[in-house]
Amino acid sequence: MPKSTQPPAATPAARVQPPAPLAISINGKPYFHDGDPAMPLLWFLRDRLRLTGTKYGCDDGGCGACSVLVDGKLARACAVPMSAAATHQVTTIEGLAGDTLHPVQQAWIEHDAIQCGYCQAGQIMAAVDLLRRKPRPGEDDIAAIGNLCRCGSQPQVRRAIARAAELLRGERK
Amino acid sequence: MSTGIDHGRRRLLRIGLTATGALLVAPCAWADPTPNVPPELLGDDLTALGPFVRIERDSRVVIGAPACEVGQGVFTELPMLVAEELDVDWARVRVVQLPYGYVAADGGGDATLYGAQGPAATLPAALAQLRQAGASARWLLLQAAAREWNLPPEQLRTEAGTVVAGDGRTLSYGALVRSAATFTPPAQLPLKAASAYTRVGQPTSTADAQAIVTGARVYGIDTYGPDALVAVIARCPHLGGSLARFDDSAARKIAGVVEVLELPGADAAAAATGVVVLARHTWAALQGRAALVLEWQVPADAAATSSSALRASAHAALDGAGPGIVVRKDGDAARQRRRPARHRIEARYELPLLAHALMEPLNALVELKQDGARVVAALQDPDGASRLVARLTGLQRKDIAIELPRGGGGFGRRLDHDALTEAVLVAKAAGKPIKLMWTRGDDLQHDRYRPFAVHWLAASLDDHKRITAWTHHCAATPLDPATPNAGLLGAGDFPAGHVAHLEQVFHPLATRVPLAGGPWLDALRAFAVQCFIDELAVVSRQDPLRFRLAMLEATPPPAGTDADASARLARVLRECAARIDWSTPRSGGQGLGIACHALPGGCFAHAFEVSVDDGQLHIQRAVCVADIGRVINPLNTTQQLAGATLDGIAATLQQAITFKDARVQQRGLADYPLPRLGLSPRTTQVHVIASDQAAIDPAWAIASAGPALANAVYAATTVRVRKLPLLPELMRML
Repeated sequence: MPKSTQPPAATPAARVQPPAPLAISINGKPYFHDGDPAMPLLWFLRDRLRLTGTKYGCDDGGCGACSVLVDGKLARACAVPMSAAATHQVTTIEGLAGDTLHPVQQAWIEHDAIQCGYCQAGQIMAAVDLLRRKPRPGEDDIAAIGNLCRCGSQPQVRRAIARAAELLRGERK
Repeated sequence: MSTGIDHGRRRLLRIGLTATGALLVAPCAWADPTPNVPPELLGDDLTALGPFVRIERDSRVVIGAPACEVGQGVFTELPMLVAEELDVDWARVRVVQLPYGYVAADGGGDATLYGAQGPAATLPAALAQLRQAGASARWLLLQAAAREWNLPPEQLRTEAGTVVAGDGRTLSYGALVRSAATFTPPAQLPLKAASAYTRVGQPTSTADAQAIVTGARVYGIDTYGPDALVAVIARCPHLGGSLARFDDSAARKIAGVVEVLELPGADAAAAATGVVVLARHTWAALQGRAALVLEWQVPADAAATSSSALRASAHAALDGAGPGIVVRKDGDAARQRRRPARHRIEARYELPLLAHALMEPLNALVELKQDGARVVAALQDPDGASRLVARLTGLQRKDIAIELPRGGGGFGRRLDHDALTEAVLVAKAAGKPIKLMWTRGDDLQHDRYRPFAVHWLAASLDDHKRITAWTHHCAATPLDPATPNAGLLGAGDFPAGHVAHLEQVFHPLATRVPLAGGPWLDALRAFAVQCFIDELAVVSRQDPLRFRLAMLEATPPPAGTDADASARLARVLRECAARIDWSTPRSGGQGLGIACHALPGGCFAHAFEVSVDDGQLHIQRAVCVADIGRVINPLNTTQQLAGATLDGIAATLQQAITFKDARVQQRGLADYPLPRLGLSPRTTQVHVIASDQAAIDPAWAIASAGPALANAVYAATTVRVRKLPLLPELMRML
């Protein structure tokens, strides 16, 4: 079957001034992006920086596997273009722990909220965001977390959220 | 290095020291990339991986995980068996994923030696082999200590990484490795009795949990070859269709797009079924694909492949259009059904196609060279994958290196090699290493789906509220035309044997839709049977639990029934009922539902407590009780059962794949909702009845979850939903 197109001809040297690179802070480090400003943050994190803890799971922000914090607030990295992320502070799962694990990560390990594990980075970021807003989350708050988990790890995630809330409030070690 | 040859199992175990002085117990091929054993002993056939144990001089232990982890728990459970026999402190064990290996032929043909689904699916021989590896290493260490102390090895014992003498002296394993490597273990060592286990049977956390919660663990999609181009494919969305023409001029202008190719068919004669965009990074590949102008050759009969056509053909078959295949016939149910009875009822249940919808869509990294290939992909059947790559490339299987990253979900989808096939074909055509990625839309639209089924059930009950006639006709799309009813309607299905006049008839429905088996098949017929049992209980004003128990605990047990299987099923029902507090009546819009399901070797029961208010379904509690044989890691088993429960909830309430014009109508997860916290029960309780019988996969628990939930919804609302997904139907009917 013949193709309906020719190989691309050498484009005439359109001397368009390249756009100024976008500056972005990720896990406290400065980066620049000089590619397509419409590229979602997700692919900058994964393909460019190889911060692959932030996962791809859908194309419409629905699954939550790519959850990150932008200026401390929950965002879906697949739905944030680099032009919007620029100048902001992004925290990914790789940047959550300091010298020790973040209490939410600690709680996830304690309650073994893993299974296939693919969605858990996103679940952890969503829990960090929830517990920042609501140190004592109610059932409605927990139910409002939209992150999906195909394995059905929700029972462990529920327990881990409760435990993380305790740890963050410093109630029990 | 010494080589221990186990002629009995034709396994070659190699004992040796690494360059850093660690003790290694591994199959030959692992101990040395160029094993100095005669090639005729190695053969040119591959089996799944053998075991791998390394003990460092500081007593740290590395155990290889031989199967690919996709969420079923093998990365932790299989090494636990090695650690158990080795007698080491699990806290000092590091588990590493082994690549798919090249080891001596094991008699050939054992396609998935290590569990495709989970440890329960792992062959007993493979489990025994892992335990032998641990026992062999322990034996070597005992010999070394015996030499050191000049004592007979029988007077020594091991405990948590040390050898202990009768007088209390101890030597750490690390101190013994140099000497241990000089011995050759016998082919077969005695293994521990279950009563002596210290690790197996203990709740054990996921071995790589820390890497997962910090984002460090590498999944298939996280693998980037040094020069690999990202490939995404625009596939023909119509089943049986092909590529008519396309315009890639816009796609090629996108920065980062390197090449656009027709998707080569598996053989030269095959028509292209898609267009591949190769790019330097994912976003460019996705943008490139979006910029393609595509025209598809839609098959002339596309309109015939639709969900409405499937429904029509199913109901026509059940209305008597065809004779069907008689699966079981006890007595004369048809005649009995025409007789006067206290109650006569019938119902039809309609269950949609479902998708696997793994969290991590399929992907594969393939690098082809003149003399070998490298494949990185989460594979549930790496053996089959190795054969496939050999066939597609002409390479020898020993020259195909397969690395197994963690996989974001399996559910049997990674038993298929469609993405891998594409990646190999594209890598060949492009002459470059390829990282093939499926998007969510690709995943939903090009899956192999759970069969579509409509069940017609009819029954009569006598004055004693007993079933006198039971007719079960199932019209469904077979997985394999040669065995059409396999997995869809079985002669042993409850309540067969408990009813004198029983008839099971299967009506195969032709379809072009590609299909897949697995535990979700059981969910099809369990939904129909367990909901219908509930309907019979309601109509005859009986307690649904006691109604089931009366059949299962009838004395004497009906001839031809398996009394032990009935007792086990009754037991899980009773346990489940006790845990949901079945005997306490609920009020205020609360409803309880229960269901059970048996398969060879095990059984499950579920109970739910739900309420429906303001058009919202609330699941307060879920209880799952499972009788599933041997359990290696109770923590994992519990999670798998809870997971199957959630899977059952999501599938029953919300999920359906529908076709129109031979094309899937669902495009994303908004159209095909997966479990989330808001859908999960406030509390989920799991109880495992373990035994020393052969293990069965906890994933089968999905079967009883759906009907128990639907029965609870009926109890709460008196609305009986017989067509899934349940939620939209319920909202329509309320």
